[in-house]
Amino acid sequence: MPATLTEKILARASGRDAVSPGEMITVKVDLAMAHDSSGPRRWKARLEALGTGLWDPSRVVLVSDHYVPAVDAESAAILKLTREFARDYGVKNFYDMRGICHVMLAEHGHARPGLFIAGGDSHSTNAGAFGCYAAGFGATDMTAIVATGETWTVVPETVRVEISGALSQGVTAKDIMLALCRDLGMGNHFRAIEYGGEAVRALDMEQRTVLANMAAELGGETGIIEPDAVTLAHVRGHGGEVDEAALTLWRSDPDCTYAHTHHLDAGALEPQIAAPHSPANAAPVSVHAGIAIDQAYIGACVGAKLSDLHMAAAVLKGRTVSARTRLLVAPASAKVTEAAAKDGTLAILTEAGAVMLPSGCGACAGLGAGLLAEGEVCLSSTNRNFQGRMGHKDAQVYLGSPYAVAAGAVAGEITDPRPFLTANRKAA
Amino acid sequence: MSVREGNAWLYGDRIDTDLLAPGYAMKKGPAELARHTLEAVDPAFATSVQPGDMVVAGADFGIGSSREQAAISLKTLGVSAVIATSFARIFYRNAINIGLPAISFDPEGRISAGDRLRLDLAAGRLHNLTTSASFAVTPIPPHLMAMIEAGGLMAHLKQRFASTAATPPGSAS
Repeated sequence: MPATLTEKILARASGRDAVSPGEMITVKVDLAMAHDSSGPRRWKARLEALGTGLWDPSRVVLVSDHYVPAVDAESAAILKLTREFARDYGVKNFYDMRGICHVMLAEHGHARPGLFIAGGDSHSTNAGAFGCYAAGFGATDMTAIVATGETWTVVPETVRVEISGALSQGVTAKDIMLALCRDLGMGNHFRAIEYGGEAVRALDMEQRTVLANMAAELGGETGIIEPDAVTLAHVRGHGGEVDEAALTLWRSDPDCTYAHTHHLDAGALEPQIAAPHSPANAAPVSVHAGIAIDQAYIGACVGAKLSDLHMAAAVLKGRTVSARTRLLVAPASAKVTEAAAKDGTLAILTEAGAVMLPSGCGACAGLGAGLLAEGEVCLSSTNRNFQGRMGHKDAQVYLGSPYAVAAGAVAGEITDPRPFLTANRKAA
Repeated sequence: MSVREGNAWLYGDRIDTDLLAPGYAMKKGPAELARHTLEAVDPAFATSVQPGDMVVAGADFGIGSSREQAAISLKTLGVSAVIATSFARIFYRNAINIGLPAISFDPEGRISAGDRLRLDLAAGRLHNLTTSASFAVTPIPPHLMAMIEAGGLMAHLKQRFASTAATPPGSAS
């Protein structure tokens, strides 16, 4: 029977020839990932109560990214517990303050086509860009997973998002996702979101992860992209092994059944801005142009990878941050910082007036530096603008692409980033 | 216990995990974190909610983070069930895993703030004692109901590991 990519992975993981949407299945987990907030601090006492350890420490990835670096004794204790757990339970894949967990899976070749990945974080969907089933789970589910190597799921229907055409200059994967949050809503619960089409194939892996990452904002169980040569080259270039057969094995069949197919013309898309307090409040940037901003924030798994910093630099080169605004940049990983230092990107950002912050979830998760006061307005490259998430409950957070955030930082207000890129190209 | 009774606390769509368990308080213990539940939309909730009360809301309840504390905080405060038009997947699993029933039911025009509710999980009935109306609700699937009755996923796991430990290694199973 023709099957979607998600159904094929779930069939393999459950040891069946085929599965159908609605079926309850038990699956073997290929990789379990968690961070300092959701992982060891929530697992340790439970595992001790069960009298067991990890089912397979080599299949567990731990990352300290939420409370890094420690800002008080409480966060320091959480990080200490995480380190001791990794040591005592034999977790070799432990990335301590090296960057955000989803970026770690991509940077170290852990995410590969066909895998079933369970992550202790809602944006675990991020890894689906590599053609695997990757979903978020809470701490008790994750405890069961790391203790037994198994979990249950109900096979989801798949929604296909077909993106045709080519993105125009200054329009990004982030703009695609904000537009989709508006058009598809946030209620696609218990459904897989599969992205395809020429505009998706034209994206590099970093930008493809933006689509998979923000499947979480659509309410999706997972976001998934069929692997191609770009996927395999990335995995192999980052220490992962993947067989060429993945290209034929991990694809949706041409006559498979989707819940529905949503079409988007990338060529017609403008830069998008999502107004408080929901990513679904997205509209073309012109709708919100002129709103003064106190803070511009470039950070998070979705919005501070190397390509995101390159976007910001393309706007900021030769310009300075407005006197009425502050620009904060928290690179998504130590490797991103290193690469951005080498290629001159960091110098462009700091010469423009950006303040550099540690790599981690930081203000996006309401932690660390860069939180907002009552009534302050922030334009952010992150994925969520829920009320109170980034500081005071009466702060206002708008979401946009790294281009839009950098342009906002220069203008001191929300503005269309495209003229900044055109002007810089002429000057160059 | 399959019958629960309490007053309705009514909210709208998209009650997200940051409203249920604010990020800045996430490093605190469960009791202190629970004091911040829903404070951005209803500062009175955490101090006034009574054991047995039910949280009633619209679409996409629990959207956002995987933080299990969003469900744990409600249970800590004594909330006996969450009734909402629809639930985010991770929140739904978290709630069931810790033994907090999550019932998919559209409250529009059927439940008002403060109504006295009685939820009979086994019978799949929701009674609004204030209006004397009674509704059939989508039952929780049997395998999940069994988990709730066993005390949640941890209790289920304890049974599993206890039986594994009782089996000598290498013996046929």
